[in-house]
Amino acid sequence: MNPAAIQPIDVWPFVNGAYAATVLFLAGAAWLTFARYRRARARLAQVEQV
Amino acid sequence: MTQSALTPAGQPRSGGWFHYLANPGRFQRVARPTLPWLVAFSLLLTVTGIVWGYWFAPADWQQGDASRIMYVHVPAAWVAMAGYASLAFCSFLSLVWRHPLADIAAEEISPVGAGFTAVCLVSGSLWGKPMWGAYWVWDARLTSVLILFFLYLGHIALIRAFDNKAHAYRAAAILALAGAVNLPIIVYSVQWWNTLHQGNTISLTGPSKIYVTMLYPLLIASVGFYLTFVTLVVARMSAAISERKITALLRAAAERAS
Repeated sequence: MNPAAIQPIDVWPFVNGAYAATVLFLAGAAWLTFARYRRARARLAQVEQV
Repeated sequence: MTQSALTPAGQPRSGGWFHYLANPGRFQRVARPTLPWLVAFSLLLTVTGIVWGYWFAPADWQQGDASRIMYVHVPAAWVAMAGYASLAFCSFLSLVWRHPLADIAAEEISPVGAGFTAVCLVSGSLWGKPMWGAYWVWDARLTSVLILFFLYLGHIALIRAFDNKAHAYRAAAILALAGAVNLPIIVYSVQWWNTLHQGNTISLTGPSKIYVTMLYPLLIASVGFYLTFVTLVVARMSAAISERKITALLRAAAERAS
């Protein structure tokens, strides 16, 4: 087979996809976790005053 | 040593320091001032590792730019396994000493661990397509990590399947401990079976098969991912303890009113 005939695959869509999935998970998990944390602390402070 | 770490006769209890640390109030007093530092360091190291791996690390001589997936795939895989080890450890503490903090930790570890395992599977699949020609193969390493993901999901589901929380924690702890047998299978799968997945590149006992220009961003991303895992679990545990206290206070107020 002529090596020049082999078309190299464009790997960047796969790299971008892997990084996008990771960043989305990390950002989403952090946002959800700290929203819950802040909500729980605010609610506890409110209930402790009552 | 505190009173709770001693028997009535003044002798140290078995696992006394576990008893000392397993107090939810003490955990809150330590967690609240520690969390901002954990957030800062995990953010700094994770962002540095990801940016270094994506833009500045050299491309592999054989795989080219596809090797950049390593900087998110490998740390996610390590955290997925370490997360399950910590889940099994908390389950052991829960079964042996019935510490409520161990139950809370186990409940909060499993969703985070499942998330990192999903990242490992997705990024691995996206790495497999350009390198192997397939998103998925039923290789021993891939299959054992998929089983790890199902174990996490099973743990999450089992804790929520019981009305009685004590029964739920006990059943989930037994599942988590039984599932720990999968961890050595994941680690040694590339040695025990002839797998498409490559063997271990980094070794704690021998020389690593990776050049330093790729090793440094990988290690920084790994430490960042570990810290992110710890930060998320500590924040979730702190929130869970606060939520339980809210429920207890509201119940006590309702009983006083009735």
